Amino acid sequence: MPLTVARPWSRSLDRPQGGLGALRLLAGPRRGGPEPWAEHCDRLGGPIGTEIRRRSPLSVIEDVRQAGLTGRGGGAFPTATKLAALARAGRRTAVIANGTETEPASAKDSVLLRLRPHLILDGLEAAAKVVQASALAVVVPTELERRILVSALTERSGPSALDVTEVVVASRAFVAGEETSVVNWLDGRAATPRLQPPRLSARGWGNLPTLVQNVETLAHLGLVARFGPRWFRTAGTGAEPGTMLVTVSGAAERTGVYEVPLGVPLGAILAAAAGDPSARFALIGGYSGAWLRLPEAASAPMSRAGLRPHAGAPGAGVVHLLEPGACGLAEGHLVVEWMARQSAGQCGPCVHGLYAIAKTMGTLARPGSSGPNDLELISRWCGQVEGRGACRHPDGVVNFVRSTLRTFGEEVDRHLRGRCSATRSGALPLARGQFSRALP
Amino acid sequence: MSERFLHVDPTMCVGHGLCWEILPELIGVDDWGYPLLPEGPIPREYRRRAARARAACPALALRLDGIRPRQRTRVEP
Repeated sequence: MPLTVARPWSRSLDRPQGGLGALRLLAGPRRGGPEPWAEHCDRLGGPIGTEIRRRSPLSVIEDVRQAGLTGRGGGAFPTATKLAALARAGRRTAVIANGTETEPASAKDSVLLRLRPHLILDGLEAAAKVVQASALAVVVPTELERRILVSALTERSGPSALDVTEVVVASRAFVAGEETSVVNWLDGRAATPRLQPPRLSARGWGNLPTLVQNVETLAHLGLVARFGPRWFRTAGTGAEPGTMLVTVSGAAERTGVYEVPLGVPLGAILAAAAGDPSARFALIGGYSGAWLRLPEAASAPMSRAGLRPHAGAPGAGVVHLLEPGACGLAEGHLVVEWMARQSAGQCGPCVHGLYAIAKTMGTLARPGSSGPNDLELISRWCGQVEGRGACRHPDGVVNFVRSTLRTFGEEVDRHLRGRCSATRSGALPLARGQFSRALP
Repeated sequence: MSERFLHVDPTMCVGHGLCWEILPELIGVDDWGYPLLPEGPIPREYRRRAARARAACPALALRLDGIRPRQRTRVEP
């Protein structure tokens, strides 16, 4: 596919920044605001209900399997496998469109909800048909997206009318987007994860077998149901087909949400966003992700296979360029400290382990204040925390800590000798409106 | 009898420590007092004490069953 860089629009979240190659999710009108139902139907050839009604559930699942669609919320789990597990349930089920998006450096779910609510609802409709759902919910990040979705639902009529019983604003904790957290939230409990099994496909929302899918995944699913697997595979790589939304933040002139085919070189994304060419480090995949060195890693394809040699993964599509001159160790410490506080407080190793790791990273981050064993202690605690939570939160933090200490190894040595190379602070987004700002 | 595995629900465990007192040969303890369980099957000679450890847990956090821990911790169905 030729890499035609679409013209970027505004910096605002309400407009897409464009993308590389053919746009799918962000195709259509370039103005801000949600695309109306009538326009959506004209553009895609009618309401999806008329297409879906002719199809058997199994044939839709087979299409999704052949398309090779995977979850775009970060897990990259095969969507067809999840659909099939629910279709086998043989009783009433529930489907939840998950737009919680608690990753602070990600805005793609929010952008999709604001601009293309009907793509998401098309996917919800297709999924609901396939798994014979009797309960549907959409979970959104803020009140603005909630209003947009509620009004989009009233626009849909005839075969595409959807009986969505809940459009709910998510809880804002980092772990609130985990699928069991979302189910707990909808059931009226705190939005904290629980241990699986019992799997959600056996017991979820209101004790129904439940499918939780990221909103971007659902949008792709709706398009696969319309246009088929062969069309879906015309973008992306053979092993990882399709497009994905990425959120570029940090040292770039045109930060925002882009749609790119999987496998596109990281450097092409940075170029489209007018990334600072002197930036030396990019964080990929979010706060459970990995740091990549630039310009060496600019040729790395944005795919699981392409990022594996760099110990990274596309995750939910976060690309953060560290400001040149900022200290990755000091900024990384602030992220880890924030992530430690995002523990749901349920699992001992996560509560105590992440706190200990964050505190010790703090002594490393302050030049000359660290003890001789700090690196060994962090490494020991990372080993003790990994895999020991009910959810993957501790594992994600461990991944980020290891990547930070490895990537900024020279900086660690410098800090141990009482110096720091920082000439300015970075700006990794934390909670809304808050950034890591490690002062040099 | 088929293979048996020990599991802990980390949301319930508060680190009483009875399990590793009962079965220190197989159960370790981390720096904060929470149990580190063996990933492999419980050897035959320890099965009785593994069952005692499970029954002794005041938080009812331990399980002893035939599911390999790795299957249990996979996130998706």
